[in-house]
Amino acid sequence: MFRKLLKPFARFFEMHARTHYRAERHSFALAAGIILAASVGGFIEIAPLFTIDETVEAAPDMRLYTPLEQAGRDIYIREGCYACHSQMIRALQDEVDRYGPYSLAVESQYDHPMLWGSKRTGPDLARVGEKYSDDWQMRHLVDPRALVPGSVMPQYAFLLDAELETASLPDRLAALRAVGVPYDDAQIVNAAIDARGQTLPDTDWAEGVAERYGEETNIRHFDGRPGELTEMDALVAYLQILGGLTDLPAEMQAARGD
Amino acid sequence: MSVKERDPLTGHETTGHEWNGITELNTRVPRVIWWTIGISHVWALVYWVLMPAWPLVHTYTKGLLGYDQQLVVDDRVAKAYRQLETWRAPLTELPAHQIREIPEIMAHVNATAPALFGDYCAACHGTEAAGGPGFPSLVDDAWLWGGDAETIMETLRVGINAPHPESRIAQMLAFGALDILTRPQIRAVVDYVQSLSGLETEATPEVLAEGETIFAENCVSCHGEDARGIRDLGAPDLTDDTWIYGGDDATMFTTVNLGRQGWMPSFETRLSAAQRMMLTLYLQDLDAEAGE
Repeated sequence: MFRKLLKPFARFFEMHARTHYRAERHSFALAAGIILAASVGGFIEIAPLFTIDETVEAAPDMRLYTPLEQAGRDIYIREGCYACHSQMIRALQDEVDRYGPYSLAVESQYDHPMLWGSKRTGPDLARVGEKYSDDWQMRHLVDPRALVPGSVMPQYAFLLDAELETASLPDRLAALRAVGVPYDDAQIVNAAIDARGQTLPDTDWAEGVAERYGEETNIRHFDGRPGELTEMDALVAYLQILGGLTDLPAEMQAARGD
Repeated sequence: MSVKERDPLTGHETTGHEWNGITELNTRVPRVIWWTIGISHVWALVYWVLMPAWPLVHTYTKGLLGYDQQLVVDDRVAKAYRQLETWRAPLTELPAHQIREIPEIMAHVNATAPALFGDYCAACHGTEAAGGPGFPSLVDDAWLWGGDAETIMETLRVGINAPHPESRIAQMLAFGALDILTRPQIRAVVDYVQSLSGLETEATPEVLAEGETIFAENCVSCHGEDARGIRDLGAPDLTDDTWIYGGDDATMFTTVNLGRQGWMPSFETRLSAAQRMMLTLYLQDLDAEAGE
């Protein structure tokens, strides 16, 4: 039966075989052919995502990471937190039940690089912001087992003693603007001051942060120690905003029964 | 194409490659491979028609089945909640004491609440709900804001010192850092407060008298004239033997010197009203069990 079905294509197969034999004898042509063939799939699957409208949802309330949160994000990456914690709640019933609304593409819009991850030694952190207090986060980072007896997470107590380096923040924000994060000039120029201001509630600096990043910005002593700006401040500030950049996921997925 | 040769033994052509006199047979592709390729192609055609497949410029073909993973999970979650509706509805409609009278619902609550507690409460309050430094015990009957069902429900909903707009607010002033009290005055009032709850203190009667005066001038507005705390303000009872941060000299000095503002998250968006009611009932049971 097959022979009958394939008969009209006989010439094609013949030509295909000839070309193949010829290519087999030229290793570069063969390699180029393999790369070309393999990239067809990638091109058809990936390239259209850049033009299809619904790839990234529209979230008008999406806010930017403040310089302190961005610094915390860099520490999160530096310390390899992503190796054990994902930031991606998949569209699966059990994940939604445990972690809340599944992650939307727009939530990672300003993440460079994104930290979705696929390995969970610890829990997913996509919506961990405001789930615990600053104090809890700080103490948990200092000694995880003091609060969660069975935890295997390493200690990060040194973050409390490490002064946060802020001088490079304007450049870091400018670099992010270069890849599409809409920081304005005032935000970039004031980045170092804003990082400090976010830990100094009721000061002019804090007002500057609220003015540039919105009234809903968390302005607190994240590490519980007023006056000092530590890496702990930055990391806790970052953890507390995870899942809080936009309300869209909660609005889209409000149907939880009551 | 190279010179074709036939292998005399099998009758197949060879590839024309030769290594030290050994040639390679060019055997036919096995039939099963052709079948697999053919079926895959047919499957792909069917899939293109039924499922989202081909990218167009700004959109894509949705497929006859209209499958969308996000819609599927939305639907499943909604369905799961509808199935629970028979016993969840009363949790949001009835007051706590009436829920307790319905054994079937309480059976569900007792099966579900411990898992909720483990996920949302145990990180701070401990797996045994006994608390720890900075995190109040939930089984000592010393409720900061009150232990009746409505109060617990409200505390769970808005949190304490949380970013929620209606959050309960309770802050102890930093009496030392704000220069309201001097260090000797702080030590005196700490001694006095320790004496209230029967802790041993080496302070002289004069110091205690000074502490009492300082207490009357600075502390009674929140902790009450009898130092038994004021629940509407979330100010703890200072005469009992429970301490949130600790009753030793150093900890109490820090408490008065730098102030305290414990933070409990708001669970209004994280937990449904029915889930908060389940936790409330569970907490009350835990507290009652511990009290026995």
